[in-house]
Amino acid sequence: MKLREIRDILTAEVITGDADLEKEIKYGFAADLLSDVLALARGSGAQTLLITGIIHPQVIYAGNIFDLGAIIFVRGKRPTEATLQLAIENQIPLLVAPYIMFETCGRLYQHGLSPSIAKVKNG
Amino acid sequence: MAEAEENIRFHEMFHIEGGNFMSAGAISSRVKNILKKAGFPGQIIRRTSIAAFEAEMNVICYANQGNLSLFIAPNFLKVVVKDEGIGIPDVNLAMREGYSTATEKIRELGFGAGMGLSNIKKNTDEMILTSESGQGTHLEFVIYLDNQKKE
Amino acid sequence: MTIFDIVQSFGLETRAGKDHLGEEVTGGYASDLLSDVIAHSRKGNLWITIQTHPNIVAVATMKELAGIILTGGREPDPETLQKAEDEGIPILVSPVFTFELVGRLYQKGISGLSPC
Repeated sequence: MKLREIRDILTAEVITGDADLEKEIKYGFAADLLSDVLALARGSGAQTLLITGIIHPQVIYAGNIFDLGAIIFVRGKRPTEATLQLAIENQIPLLVAPYIMFETCGRLYQHGLSPSIAKVKNG
Repeated sequence: MAEAEENIRFHEMFHIEGGNFMSAGAISSRVKNILKKAGFPGQIIRRTSIAAFEAEMNVICYANQGNLSLFIAPNFLKVVVKDEGIGIPDVNLAMREGYSTATEKIRELGFGAGMGLSNIKKNTDEMILTSESGQGTHLEFVIYLDNQKKE
Repeated sequence: MTIFDIVQSFGLETRAGKDHLGEEVTGGYASDLLSDVIAHSRKGNLWITIQTHPNIVAVATMKELAGIILTGGREPDPETLQKAEDEGIPILVSPVFTFELVGRLYQKGISGLSPC
Protein backbone atom coordinates (compact mmCIF):
# COMPACT_ATOMS: atom_id res chain seq x y z
CA MET A 1 0.00 0.00 0.00
CA LYS A 2 1.07 3.56 -0.46
CA LEU A 3 2.28 5.75 2.34
CA ARG A 4 -0.73 7.93 1.67
CA GLU A 5 -3.07 5.05 2.54
CA ILE A 6 -1.18 4.31 5.73
CA ARG A 7 -1.58 7.92 6.71
CA ASP A 8 -5.31 7.77 6.08
CA ILE A 9 -5.93 4.44 7.80
CA LEU A 10 -4.35 5.75 10.97
CA THR A 11 -5.35 9.41 10.66
CA ALA A 12 -1.65 9.96 11.02
CA GLU A 13 0.34 13.10 10.46
CA VAL A 14 3.26 13.11 8.04
CA ILE A 15 5.90 15.27 9.70
CA THR A 16 8.69 15.16 7.13
CA GLY A 17 7.39 17.88 4.85
CA ASP A 18 7.74 16.68 1.30
CA ALA A 19 7.74 12.97 1.96
CA ASP A 20 6.84 10.84 -1.02
CA LEU A 21 3.27 9.76 -0.29
CA GLU A 22 3.23 7.49 -3.31
CA LYS A 23 5.98 5.39 -1.79
CA GLU A 24 5.08 1.72 -1.72
CA ILE A 25 5.15 0.03 1.67
CA LYS A 26 4.54 -3.70 1.84
CA TYR A 27 5.67 -4.78 5.28
CA GLY A 28 5.33 -3.80 8.89
CA PHE A 29 7.67 -4.33 11.80
CA ALA A 30 6.88 -3.21 15.33
CA ALA A 31 9.66 -2.56 17.81
CA ASP A 32 10.13 -0.39 20.86
CA LEU A 33 13.62 -1.61 21.50
CA LEU A 34 16.59 -0.99 19.26
CA SER A 35 18.01 -4.45 19.66
CA ASP A 36 14.72 -5.79 18.34
CA VAL A 37 14.95 -3.56 15.28
CA LEU A 38 18.14 -5.42 14.45
CA ALA A 39 15.98 -8.45 13.73
CA LEU A 40 15.39 -6.72 10.41
CA ALA A 41 18.92 -7.75 9.56
CA ARG A 42 17.60 -11.24 8.93
CA GLY A 43 15.41 -10.13 6.10
CA SER A 44 15.04 -6.92 4.21
CA GLY A 45 14.08 -3.54 5.53
CA ALA A 46 13.17 -2.25 2.12
CA GLN A 47 9.51 -1.32 1.69
CA THR A 48 9.10 -1.87 5.42
CA LEU A 49 7.33 0.46 7.79
CA LEU A 50 8.87 0.50 11.25
CA ILE A 51 6.21 1.02 13.90
CA THR A 52 7.85 2.30 17.03
CA GLY A 53 7.88 4.48 20.11
CA ILE A 54 11.59 5.28 19.83
CA ILE A 55 11.79 8.99 19.09
CA HIS A 56 15.55 9.43 19.21
CA PRO A 57 18.14 9.64 16.42
CA GLN A 58 19.07 5.99 16.93
CA VAL A 59 15.93 5.00 15.09
CA ILE A 60 16.86 7.04 12.04
CA TYR A 61 20.33 5.54 11.97
CA ALA A 62 18.72 2.12 12.09
CA GLY A 63 16.39 3.22 9.33
CA ASN A 64 19.36 4.21 7.21
CA ILE A 65 21.22 0.98 7.81
CA PHE A 66 18.22 -1.19 7.03
CA ASP A 67 16.94 0.94 4.16
CA LEU A 68 13.57 1.31 5.88
CA GLY A 69 10.71 2.64 3.79
CA ALA A 70 9.21 4.82 6.51
CA ILE A 71 8.89 5.12 10.27
CA ILE A 72 5.69 5.74 12.19
CA PHE A 73 5.63 6.79 15.83
CA VAL A 74 2.75 5.51 17.92
CA ARG A 75 0.97 6.91 20.95
CA GLY A 76 1.10 10.38 19.41
CA LYS A 77 4.78 10.57 20.20
CA ARG A 78 6.68 13.21 18.32
CA PRO A 79 10.34 12.71 17.56
CA THR A 80 12.93 15.16 18.79
CA GLU A 81 14.05 17.95 16.49
CA ALA A 82 17.39 16.22 15.99
CA THR A 83 15.58 13.07 14.91
CA LEU A 84 13.38 14.97 12.51
CA GLN A 85 16.31 16.74 10.86
CA LEU A 86 18.20 13.49 10.52
CA ALA A 87 15.21 11.85 8.86
CA ILE A 88 14.92 14.69 6.36
CA GLU A 89 18.64 14.43 5.57
CA ASN A 90 18.35 10.69 5.11
CA GLN A 91 15.07 10.98 3.22
CA ILE A 92 13.14 8.69 5.53
CA PRO A 93 9.47 9.68 5.81
CA LEU A 94 8.20 10.03 9.38
CA LEU A 95 4.59 9.80 10.49
CA VAL A 96 2.89 10.19 13.86
CA ALA A 97 -0.11 8.01 14.70
CA PRO A 98 -2.54 8.89 17.50
CA TYR A 99 -3.14 5.24 18.35
CA ILE A 100 -1.27 2.92 20.63
CA MET A 101 1.03 0.25 19.22
CA PHE A 102 -1.55 -2.48 19.50
CA GLU A 103 -4.23 -0.55 17.65
CA THR A 104 -1.79 0.76 15.03
CA CYS A 105 -0.47 -2.71 14.20
CA GLY A 106 -3.95 -4.18 14.26
CA ARG A 107 -5.35 -1.70 11.78
CA LEU A 108 -2.43 -1.94 9.39
CA TYR A 109 -2.48 -5.72 9.46
CA GLN A 110 -6.18 -5.74 8.84
CA HIS A 111 -5.72 -3.48 5.84
CA GLY A 112 -3.23 -5.84 4.33
CA LEU A 113 0.23 -4.82 5.48
CA SER A 114 2.27 -8.02 5.71
CA PRO A 115 4.67 -8.91 8.48
CA SER A 116 8.21 -7.98 7.58
CA ILE A 117 10.22 -10.70 5.87
CA ALA A 118 12.24 -11.09 9.08
CA LYS A 119 11.44 -14.46 10.56
CA VAL A 120 12.42 -16.18 13.74
CA LYS A 121 15.37 -18.43 13.14
CA ASN A 122 14.77 -22.10 13.58
CA GLY A 123 16.96 -23.79 16.17
CA MET B 1 44.90 -11.72 9.02
CA ALA B 2 47.96 -10.51 7.11
CA GLU B 3 46.99 -7.93 4.57
CA ALA B 4 49.67 -5.66 3.15
CA GLU B 5 49.29 -2.15 4.50
CA GLU B 6 49.92 -0.60 1.11
CA ASN B 7 46.70 -2.19 -0.17
CA ILE B 8 44.63 0.19 1.90
CA ARG B 9 43.05 2.77 -0.38
CA PHE B 10 40.88 4.49 2.20
CA HIS B 11 40.95 4.78 5.94
CA GLU B 12 38.80 6.71 8.36
CA MET B 13 38.48 6.52 12.11
CA PHE B 14 35.42 7.42 14.17
CA HIS B 15 35.11 7.95 17.88
CA ILE B 16 32.33 6.19 19.76
CA GLU B 17 31.18 7.56 23.08
CA GLY B 18 30.25 4.95 25.64
CA GLY B 19 26.78 5.30 27.09
CA ASN B 20 25.53 7.50 24.28
CA PHE B 21 22.44 5.44 23.56
CA MET B 22 20.52 8.18 21.84
CA SER B 23 22.93 8.28 18.94
CA ALA B 24 23.48 4.56 18.67
CA GLY B 25 24.08 3.81 15.03
CA ALA B 26 25.49 7.22 14.12
CA ILE B 27 28.91 5.83 13.29
CA SER B 28 27.76 2.75 11.39
CA SER B 29 25.39 5.00 9.49
CA ARG B 30 28.37 7.07 8.37
CA VAL B 31 30.21 3.90 7.40
CA LYS B 32 27.23 2.89 5.32
CA ASN B 33 27.09 6.26 3.60
CA ILE B 34 30.80 6.06 2.74
CA LEU B 35 30.36 2.61 1.22
CA LYS B 36 27.25 3.69 -0.66
CA LYS B 37 29.04 6.66 -2.14
CA ALA B 38 31.94 4.42 -3.12
CA GLY B 39 29.52 2.28 -5.07
CA PHE B 40 29.94 -1.07 -3.39
CA PRO B 41 27.29 -3.75 -4.04
CA GLY B 42 24.20 -3.64 -1.85
CA GLN B 43 24.90 -6.88 -0.04
CA ILE B 44 28.44 -5.81 0.84
CA ILE B 45 27.16 -2.52 2.19
CA ARG B 46 24.43 -4.21 4.19
CA ARG B 47 26.68 -6.82 5.78
CA THR B 48 29.37 -4.33 6.66
CA SER B 49 27.03 -1.75 8.11
CA ILE B 50 25.07 -4.29 10.13
CA ALA B 51 28.25 -5.73 11.59
CA ALA B 52 29.49 -2.21 12.29
CA PHE B 53 26.17 -1.38 13.92
CA GLU B 54 26.44 -4.32 16.29
CA ALA B 55 30.03 -3.46 17.12
CA GLU B 56 29.10 0.15 17.75
CA MET B 57 26.25 -0.91 20.05
CA ASN B 58 28.62 -3.03 22.09
CA VAL B 59 30.95 -0.11 22.66
CA ILE B 60 28.05 2.12 23.64
CA CYS B 61 26.55 -0.46 26.00
CA TYR B 62 29.64 -1.77 27.68
CA ALA B 63 32.67 0.45 27.19
CA ASN B 64 33.73 3.90 28.27
CA GLN B 65 34.70 4.84 24.76
CA GLY B 66 36.06 3.35 21.59
CA ASN B 67 37.23 3.91 18.04
CA LEU B 68 35.93 2.35 14.88
CA SER B 69 38.21 2.34 11.86
CA LEU B 70 37.11 1.53 8.35
CA PHE B 71 39.70 0.35 5.85
CA ILE B 72 38.96 -0.09 2.17
CA ALA B 73 41.32 -2.23 0.09
CA PRO B 74 40.91 -3.51 -3.48
CA ASN B 75 39.84 -6.96 -2.32
CA PHE B 76 38.29 -6.40 1.06
CA LEU B 77 36.75 -4.12 3.63
CA LYS B 78 38.08 -4.19 7.15
CA VAL B 79 36.68 -2.70 10.31
CA VAL B 80 38.64 -2.45 13.54
CA VAL B 81 36.90 -1.53 16.76
CA LYS B 82 38.97 -0.90 19.86
CA ASP B 83 37.41 0.12 23.10
CA GLU B 84 38.41 0.97 26.64
CA GLY B 85 36.27 -0.52 29.33
CA ILE B 86 35.53 -3.59 31.35
CA GLY B 87 36.39 -5.92 28.52
CA ILE B 88 35.05 -9.43 28.02
CA PRO B 89 36.12 -12.02 30.61
CA ASP B 90 35.10 -15.03 28.49
CA VAL B 91 35.10 -14.43 24.76
CA ASN B 92 33.71 -17.85 23.86
CA LEU B 93 30.77 -17.36 26.17
CA ALA B 94 30.18 -13.89 24.82
CA MET B 95 30.03 -15.23 21.26
CA ARG B 96 27.13 -17.49 22.16
CA GLU B 97 23.86 -16.31 20.68
CA GLY B 98 21.51 -15.03 23.34
CA TYR B 99 24.18 -14.71 26.01
CA SER B 100 24.04 -11.24 27.43
CA THR B 101 25.63 -9.36 30.27
CA ALA B 102 23.33 -6.41 29.73
CA THR B 103 22.23 -4.68 32.90
CA GLU B 104 18.52 -4.05 33.37
CA LYS B 105 19.07 -0.43 32.54
CA ILE B 106 20.59 -1.37 29.22
CA ARG B 107 17.71 -3.72 28.48
CA GLU B 108 15.12 -1.15 29.50
CA LEU B 109 16.68 1.20 26.99
CA GLY B 110 16.28 -1.40 24.32
CA PHE B 111 19.66 -3.02 24.01
CA GLY B 112 21.34 -6.17 25.13
CA ALA B 113 19.50 -8.92 23.32
CA GLY B 114 22.72 -10.90 23.25
CA MET B 115 22.83 -11.25 19.49
CA GLY B 116 25.56 -8.75 18.72
CA LEU B 117 28.71 -10.81 18.44
CA SER B 118 27.08 -13.74 16.70
CA ASN B 119 25.44 -11.34 14.25
CA ILE B 120 28.85 -9.89 13.46
CA LYS B 121 30.20 -13.36 12.82
CA LYS B 122 27.27 -14.20 10.56
CA ASN B 123 27.69 -11.13 8.43
CA THR B 124 31.45 -11.18 7.98
CA ASP B 125 34.05 -13.41 6.37
CA GLU B 126 36.66 -13.18 9.10
CA MET B 127 36.39 -12.03 12.66
CA ILE B 128 38.87 -11.70 15.47
CA LEU B 129 37.87 -10.75 18.98
CA THR B 130 40.31 -10.32 21.83
CA SER B 131 39.81 -8.78 25.19
CA GLU B 132 41.71 -7.88 28.29
CA SER B 133 39.43 -8.04 31.28
CA GLY B 134 39.37 -4.65 32.96
CA GLN B 135 41.04 -2.89 30.03
CA GLY B 136 39.03 -3.23 26.87
CA THR B 137 38.19 -5.13 23.74
CA HIS B 138 39.68 -5.37 20.27
CA LEU B 139 37.46 -6.50 17.44
CA GLU B 140 38.39 -6.83 13.78
CA PHE B 141 36.29 -8.12 10.93
CA VAL B 142 36.84 -8.49 7.23
CA ILE B 143 34.42 -8.69 4.34
CA TYR B 144 35.82 -9.92 1.05
CA LEU B 145 34.74 -8.13 -2.04
CA ASP B 146 35.18 -10.95 -4.49
CA ASN B 147 33.58 -13.83 -2.59
CA GLN B 148 30.03 -15.04 -2.47
CA LYS B 149 28.19 -14.26 0.77
CA LYS B 150 29.18 -16.71 3.47
CA GLU B 151 26.15 -18.77 4.53
CA MET C 1 -12.53 -13.86 25.28
CA THR C 2 -10.25 -15.49 27.86
CA ILE C 3 -6.54 -16.17 27.78
CA PHE C 4 -7.41 -19.82 27.36
CA ASP C 5 -9.39 -19.05 24.20
CA ILE C 6 -6.40 -17.23 22.81
CA VAL C 7 -4.04 -20.07 23.67
CA GLN C 8 -6.37 -22.44 21.83
CA SER C 9 -6.98 -20.24 18.80
CA PHE C 10 -3.38 -19.38 18.19
CA GLY C 11 -1.70 -22.54 19.37
CA LEU C 12 0.45 -20.59 21.79
CA GLU C 13 2.54 -22.34 24.39
CA THR C 14 2.06 -21.54 28.05
CA ARG C 15 5.21 -21.16 30.06
CA ALA C 16 3.72 -20.04 33.37
CA GLY C 17 0.41 -19.49 35.09
CA LYS C 18 -1.39 -22.45 33.57
CA ASP C 19 -3.98 -22.27 36.34
CA HIS C 20 -4.84 -18.67 35.59
CA LEU C 21 -5.89 -18.86 31.98
CA GLY C 22 -9.53 -18.19 32.74
CA GLU C 23 -8.99 -14.43 32.91
CA GLU C 24 -11.16 -12.38 30.60
CA VAL C 25 -9.08 -10.18 28.30
CA THR C 26 -10.15 -6.54 28.18
CA GLY C 27 -7.90 -5.49 25.34
CA GLY C 28 -4.33 -5.64 24.08
CA TYR C 29 -1.31 -3.55 24.92
CA ALA C 30 1.93 -3.83 22.97
CA SER C 31 4.98 -2.11 24.37
CA ASP C 32 8.50 -2.96 25.43
CA LEU C 33 8.94 0.08 27.61
CA LEU C 34 7.94 -0.77 31.17
CA SER C 35 7.26 2.84 32.11
CA ASP C 36 4.87 3.09 29.19
CA VAL C 37 3.01 -0.08 30.19
CA ILE C 38 2.74 1.18 33.74
CA ALA C 39 1.36 4.48 32.54
CA HIS C 40 -1.10 3.35 29.88
CA SER C 41 -2.14 -0.25 30.14
CA ARG C 42 -5.49 -1.17 31.64
CA LYS C 43 -6.58 -3.90 34.02
CA GLY C 44 -7.20 -7.15 32.20
CA ASN C 45 -5.09 -6.19 29.19
CA LEU C 46 -3.03 -8.79 27.40
CA TRP C 47 0.53 -7.48 27.23
CA ILE C 48 2.57 -8.19 24.09
CA THR C 49 6.30 -7.69 24.55
CA ILE C 50 9.80 -8.97 23.93
CA GLN C 51 11.08 -8.13 27.40
CA THR C 52 11.95 -11.32 29.26
CA HIS C 53 13.31 -10.19 32.60
CA PRO C 54 11.49 -10.57 35.96
CA ASN C 55 10.34 -6.94 36.10
CA ILE C 56 7.66 -7.75 33.56
CA VAL C 57 5.90 -9.87 36.19
CA ALA C 58 6.05 -7.04 38.70
CA VAL C 59 4.45 -4.72 36.16
CA ALA C 60 1.79 -7.24 35.19
CA THR C 61 0.90 -7.78 38.83
CA MET C 62 0.86 -4.07 39.59
CA LYS C 63 -1.43 -3.30 36.66
CA GLU C 64 -3.52 -6.47 37.08
CA LEU C 65 -2.92 -7.50 33.50
CA ALA C 66 -4.47 -10.69 32.22
CA GLY C 67 -1.20 -12.10 30.95
CA ILE C 68 1.95 -11.60 28.91
CA ILE C 69 2.81 -12.89 25.45
CA LEU C 70 6.47 -12.91 24.40
CA THR C 71 6.96 -12.64 20.67
CA GLY C 72 9.69 -13.47 18.19
CA GLY C 73 10.41 -16.84 19.75
CA ARG C 74 11.64 -15.34 22.96
CA GLU C 75 11.63 -17.25 26.21
CA PRO C 76 11.24 -15.81 29.69
CA ASP C 77 14.28 -15.80 31.97
CA PRO C 78 14.25 -18.54 34.65
CA GLU C 79 13.70 -15.95 37.39
CA THR C 80 10.83 -14.52 35.39
CA LEU C 81 9.17 -17.93 35.15
CA GLN C 82 9.49 -18.48 38.86
CA LYS C 83 8.08 -15.11 39.70
CA ALA C 84 5.21 -15.58 37.25
CA GLU C 85 4.26 -18.85 38.88
CA ASP C 86 4.40 -17.26 42.32
CA GLU C 87 2.25 -14.33 41.25
CA GLY C 88 -0.09 -16.33 39.04
CA ILE C 89 0.64 -14.36 35.89
CA PRO C 90 0.24 -16.31 32.64
CA ILE C 91 3.21 -16.08 30.31
CA LEU C 92 2.70 -17.34 26.77
CA VAL C 93 5.20 -17.48 23.93
CA SER C 94 4.77 -16.98 20.20
CA PRO C 95 7.24 -17.62 17.38
CA VAL C 96 5.98 -14.75 15.24
CA PHE C 97 6.94 -11.14 15.58
CA THR C 98 4.88 -8.51 17.35
CA PHE C 99 3.38 -6.92 14.24
CA GLU C 100 1.92 -10.18 13.03
CA LEU C 101 0.72 -11.43 16.40
CA VAL C 102 -0.99 -8.15 17.19
CA GLY C 103 -2.56 -8.13 13.73
CA ARG C 104 -4.01 -11.57 14.27
CA LEU C 105 -5.26 -10.80 17.77
CA TYR C 106 -6.84 -7.65 16.43
CA GLN C 107 -8.66 -9.58 13.77
CA LYS C 108 -9.94 -11.90 16.46
CA GLY C 109 -11.56 -8.93 18.11
CA ILE C 110 -9.06 -7.88 20.74
CA SER C 111 -8.79 -4.14 20.46
CA GLY C 112 -6.38 -1.47 21.46
CA LEU C 113 -7.57 1.61 23.33
CA SER C 114 -9.21 4.56 21.63
CA PRO C 115 -6.94 7.35 20.28
CA CYS C 116 -4.67 9.05 22.81
